[in-house]
Parts: sequence; C-alpha cells; structure tokens
Amino acid sequence: MKLTVTASPHLRSGASVQRVMWAVVIALLPAFAGSVWFFGWRALMLVGLSIASAVGFDALSQRLFGRRVTVSDGSAVITGLLLAFNLPPGVPWWIPVVGSAFAVVIVKQFFGGLGHNFVNPALAARAFLMVSWPSHMTSLWLAPRGGTVSGLGLDAVTGATPLGVLKNAAELVGPTGDVPGLLAQAQSWPVIGKLFIGQVGGCLGETSALLLIAGGLFLILFHGIIDWRIPIGYIGTVLLLTLVLPGPKTYLLPYLLYHVFSGGLMLGAFFMATDYVTSPITGKGRWIFAVGCGVLTVVIRLWGGYPEGVSYSILLMNVATPLIDRFTRPRLFGALKKAKA
Amino acid sequence: MLTFRGGVHPPEYKQATEHKPVETLPLPTRVSIPMSQHIGTPSKPVVAKGDVVRTGTLVGEPTGRVSVPTHASVSGTVADVVEQPHPLTAQKTVFVVIDSDGQDTPDEAIGEQDPAALSPEQLVAAIRDAGVVGMGGAAFPTFFKLSPPREKPINTLLINGCECEPFLTADHRVMLEQPAELVEGTGLLARALGVDDVIIGIENNKPDAIEALARAVAGTGIRVQGLKTKYPQGAEKQLIKACLFREVPSGGLPMDVGCVVQNVGTAVAVRDAVRFRRPLYERVTTVTGPGVCDPKNLRVRVGTPVSELIAACGGYNGEPAKLIMGGPMMGIAVPDDTVPVLKGTSGVLVLDPASAAELEDCDCIRCGRCIKVCPMGLAPQRLYYHIRSRRLDDAEREHVMGCIECGCCAFGCPAQIRLVHHFKYAKSEVFARRKKK
Repeated sequence: MKLTVTASPHLRSGASVQRVMWAVVIALLPAFAGSVWFFGWRALMLVGLSIASAVGFDALSQRLFGRRVTVSDGSAVITGLLLAFNLPPGVPWWIPVVGSAFAVVIVKQFFGGLGHNFVNPALAARAFLMVSWPSHMTSLWLAPRGGTVSGLGLDAVTGATPLGVLKNAAELVGPTGDVPGLLAQAQSWPVIGKLFIGQVGGCLGETSALLLIAGGLFLILFHGIIDWRIPIGYIGTVLLLTLVLPGPKTYLLPYLLYHVFSGGLMLGAFFMATDYVTSPITGKGRWIFAVGCGVLTVVIRLWGGYPEGVSYSILLMNVATPLIDRFTRPRLFGALKKAKA
Repeated sequence: MLTFRGGVHPPEYKQATEHKPVETLPLPTRVSIPMSQHIGTPSKPVVAKGDVVRTGTLVGEPTGRVSVPTHASVSGTVADVVEQPHPLTAQKTVFVVIDSDGQDTPDEAIGEQDPAALSPEQLVAAIRDAGVVGMGGAAFPTFFKLSPPREKPINTLLINGCECEPFLTADHRVMLEQPAELVEGTGLLARALGVDDVIIGIENNKPDAIEALARAVAGTGIRVQGLKTKYPQGAEKQLIKACLFREVPSGGLPMDVGCVVQNVGTAVAVRDAVRFRRPLYERVTTVTGPGVCDPKNLRVRVGTPVSELIAACGGYNGEPAKLIMGGPMMGIAVPDDTVPVLKGTSGVLVLDPASAAELEDCDCIRCGRCIKVCPMGLAPQRLYYHIRSRRLDDAEREHVMGCIECGCCAFGCPAQIRLVHHFKYAKSEVFARRKKK
C-alpha cells in the first residue's frame, strides 16, 4: 500500500487556471464572430495571426528561459485575441505578430510569466504599437458590413470613428460646415443602434457592445469569473461623468449611450480591466480601480489628445494596482474588538 | 439565516453514512494508546510491560497545567510501553500497547453516581479525571475550557453540532441516537460553568438532528439553533459569530467574549464521565470515502488500528491512495493504516486514486478568491508571497497566526497552491521564534 501524504485540504473545488482562461476565451467568441461578420476574412486572418504568434512566442520564450511550457493554460490565447481586438481592421499583417511578441515576451515572460506581469500584456502591446506606428494604428479603419466607419451617412466624415466625430466635429466638416447638424446626426437613435450592434468603425473586437456585454455577462453570471464591480464601476463612472461634465450634448440620452457603447469601453470594462493579474485583489480595491479607470477614460476623451481613452486609463490603473492593494486590505476577523480592548 | 462572512460550499458527500446507525466495532485484540491525544503536554505512563489493566484503568497521568490523563480502552495485559512517532504530528511519543483479554472488564472506579450531588468544581474534576478532550478534532482538554480565569466571566455555552466537514456524519448520528445523553451532558457543562444561556448550533443540512434535539431540550432552557450550511461553520469563532454576533478578538479565545464552545460528542462524553465515572476510551467515528467498500459510523475503542475499522467496512475499494484522519478539509493524511484511532478522530477518510489526484500547481494569478473566502479576514495570497520570500515578519504582522487552517483558500485556488501547507509552516516557525524570546 502506497499512500500519499500531503497537507490539508484534501478536497479541491476543481477550479483551475485553465478553466478560468478558457472560459474567458469562450466569452470572447461572440465578439470574435461579430468581428468576422463585420470586417470579413481580414478579421479572421488578423485574429488567427495574433493568437498563433502569441502562443508561439509564449512557448518559445518559456523554452528559452528554461521554464515549464504552459501555453495550454490559454492565457496566451487570450492575449493574442485581445490584442487583435485592439487593432484597426486595416493594419498590415506584421502588426499583430510584432504586437504579440512584445506582449508575451517583453511584458509577460520578461517579468516572470503569467501572474507576474504588472500591466495587461495586450494593452501594453497596443500602446507600444500606437507609439511606434501611429498612422497604422489610428487611421486604417474599415467600414463594417452594413455600416460606415463613423456610423453616419456623411461622406465628409468617413475615416473618423464615432468618438472621433464627436471630438473633432469642427475639423471634419471644415470651417463652413454644419457642426451642430453633424453632432445632431451623430447622436441620433439609428447611430446609437449601430453602435450597440457594432456596425461602426473601430478596432476589430471593440465595436459590438451587444456581443461584448453578452460575453461579459456569461463570465459574471455563469462562472463568477470576473468581478461585477469592475465593469459596473467603470461603465457607471463613465456614464456619471459624461452626464455632469460639459460636452456637445445635443441630445442627452443618446449622447450618454454614445460614450458608453463606443470606443472600446465594453471590451475594456468587461475583458481587460478585469484581468486578475493586473487589477486589485480585494472587492474594495476593485471599486477604486474601476472608478479610477472611468475617471481617466472620461478625462482623456474630453480633454486629452486622443478621442478614446480606455486602453491608456486601464494601463495607468494597472500601474496603480500594487498601491491600491496596499491600502485595501480585507477586514481582519476580530480586528475592531481588539482596538477597543 | 445565521452565518458568518467568507467560507465555501464544498460538496457534502454525507449521504454514504448519514442514515446509517452507529455500529459497535468488535473489541480489538490489541490497542496502541499514545500518551498525547490532546493539545498540551502529554500524559506520563503509569503502567509497565506485563501490568494487568482493566477497561478504563489509568495508564497515563497528566503532566502539566494543560494536560489530561489517559486510560486503557480494553482490559488485558500491557504488552509494551514504547516510543514511536505520533500518528498525526510524527513527533516521538510514548505509546502504551495493551493486548486485550477479550473480557472488557471495567475498572473498579467505574460506577454510577448522582451528578446532582456534585459541585461545579467536582464536575470539572470528574471531567478532567476522565480524560475528556474536545472530540470535534482539535482535542483541547475540556476541563481547561471549563476553568476560565476570574477576569473572563463566561455567560454562554455553545454546543457545536455543525459538523461542517464533508463526508463526516459521526456527530450527526450522535445527535440523532443519543439526544437525551447529549442534553444531559450539556446541562452538566452549563452547571460546571455556571451559565444559563446554552445554545446548540446545528447546520440546517441536518433537519432531523435539529428536530430530535429540539424535542430533547424541551423544558431545559437550552436553545437549538439552525445555521446556514457553509464551511467552516463548525469552527469555534465562526460558530460564535453566527449564533451570538460576537467576534472573538484577533489572537483571542472564545472566553474573551464570554463563550465556551464544546462539541456534541464531547457533551456525551462529559455525561458518561460524570454520571458513570467512565473515562473517555471510546468514540463514534465515520469511516468513509470512495476508497472503502461499505462506509459506516462506528463506535470504536481509542487505540484501535485504523486497519480494523477499514476491515469492518468491507475493506478497501481497490487500491487506496490517501488515508486521512478527520475530514477532507482539515484532516491529516497518514502514511499507513496501522495508526490508532485517537480521542479526536472524528473520521477516517479513504480516497481512491481518482479522488486523491491533484492538478499541477502554477503561479498565483491573483484572482482574489482566497481573500473572498477566508473566514478570518486574512489575505492568503499576500501571506503566501511573504512566506515564499522568507519574510516571516511580514507574515506575522499580517496575522498569519490568526489562520485557522480551515482550507477554504486552498480549496478554491485555481492555481492549486498549497496555501495551508505554507501557513502551517509559517505558524510553527513564528511560534518557535516567540517561544525563544
């Protein structure tokens, strides 16, 4: 008789890193299918290239660093998928390959592999691509099937994403153009509908609020894998701030929805701000993190140089995570009574 | 529904034995009784090889302030007094080995007396002399809990019938089969402490036990309280929190909030000790798990080799992979089945290769589940980092000593990290350091 002797507990819930990661992949599938529908075979190719190179570089670097090769845990698949989702549909083929290499080799494996990276690898790679090849990353928008880049019917504004229209309306229509008219059109219900479904220009996987919300709810409700506090806190903050801060609010409700459903907020709030490794570990900390993401996003959108602010705000809050963790410890059982005694 | 913060819901696996009445295991031919079956200093043997003993004869006397006597669990001849590794702690311990004469002749001292004639002090003495310890698993000497210092007045006695460990049903069966004895023992404990407020806390997955005890306590002033089924509801501090909304201060004891907690099995043992002067030499234990053919609740003598319990349950179901003394969440895995049943053995769990299989561990992904489930409000993930980086001071500052080793954190950890293993190590290190100072 050969008996195993290990420390308790001898019963495990069956939760595993693999299960968590593959559940996230499943939750991203609707948005992936949507991107292929909206942008065609290019989307399929870009996502495929991005995932294949993320997995390949992950395995390669683990082997080079003498680590256990753990690509079957699915984390590199998520990184590849999320990176592709953050690329304009018209980028050249090498962009996702270079981005994936940066994400998994430099951001993830250089810092110790899964669990040790201090910023979200896909977002860091996006930022890297943005500063290295800004024209590729900010102009190669394609019109989705059944829609235009801006979601509007105006030829003058093709080439600008919905938030770009909002931010740069005056430049887009020219000195003699009808700015209020353009803003009014942008904030009309048909445009909001297109935004919700995803028939607008934008990064591959960020356009469809509908499909992203479906995937996010799957993770919250069926598996409790992501913490609801982060998407609720993040989206709620963006809503609240766009409500109270000044802006071209021709029509209030459409304007609010316009901000919420566009510019990658859904992708960021449900799938990137919720990354375990780079977000705070307690519920309290996650509230702070989510609100911080929301504030930064709105500040960047309204006053910053970019029309969109989701990826940078999450990256900035990633960096603040150790600090947040430090000041949001769980409440010790029996702590208050001790202070009194 | 009364409960506490944190905790987990492991599958219960109790159906294999919860409806099976307790069977008495035939007398073992040989028992091996360690002198340390309780928290505190071990007893010192008072018998030698060749001595004739009876069932209930004193074989080991207490050695310190926190210590209890140990008694023979069969009548017969002392075959050996020998030093061996302890089955649970692996520390060198003296064992008194007794060959049974098969007669089970009781010691002369055993006999009925009228508990009503005893003063509270005499009750406590009787409980101590009978070697009664907490039978829920921790085996803390019962008399010691009944002798709080003057500055810690006790106003509430809690009887723990939660049995929150999966698989185990021994307490459940005791509540169903011996409610009158349990209530009598509870009354004696209450009188020894001089308290009026007495609550029996039971998880609501045992409605039949709640009902049986509600009937048995009628007219006694004892309350039976159903509690939400959540692990570790049976942990002392969580039970107090759920029943009384009192929080034992961090690093403190139940008496700091005026409470004493005793297990249901202990209450029955107290009744036997007081009414019959019968020492604690047998107990009810659940022999269960996918690795045994016919799981049962057994009444067994202390010192009986576990192999005999397994044999009484139809033997192993295939090749066993893990043998656990206690439940799956906090029980201790032992290397072989020659180990004896102790006063604190609430169960013997046998896992087969499939149920003992574990996934490979990986690095923490910071999911935060351990923090969410820790019933003590600790941050297991942070403690783990401190301990792995040999920062024991940081682990101590962040209250690693408050860890109750319930295993909620490791149970749900997707990275399969052996959190409890690290905390046990850190606690023993910090304890050793404090002792040095």
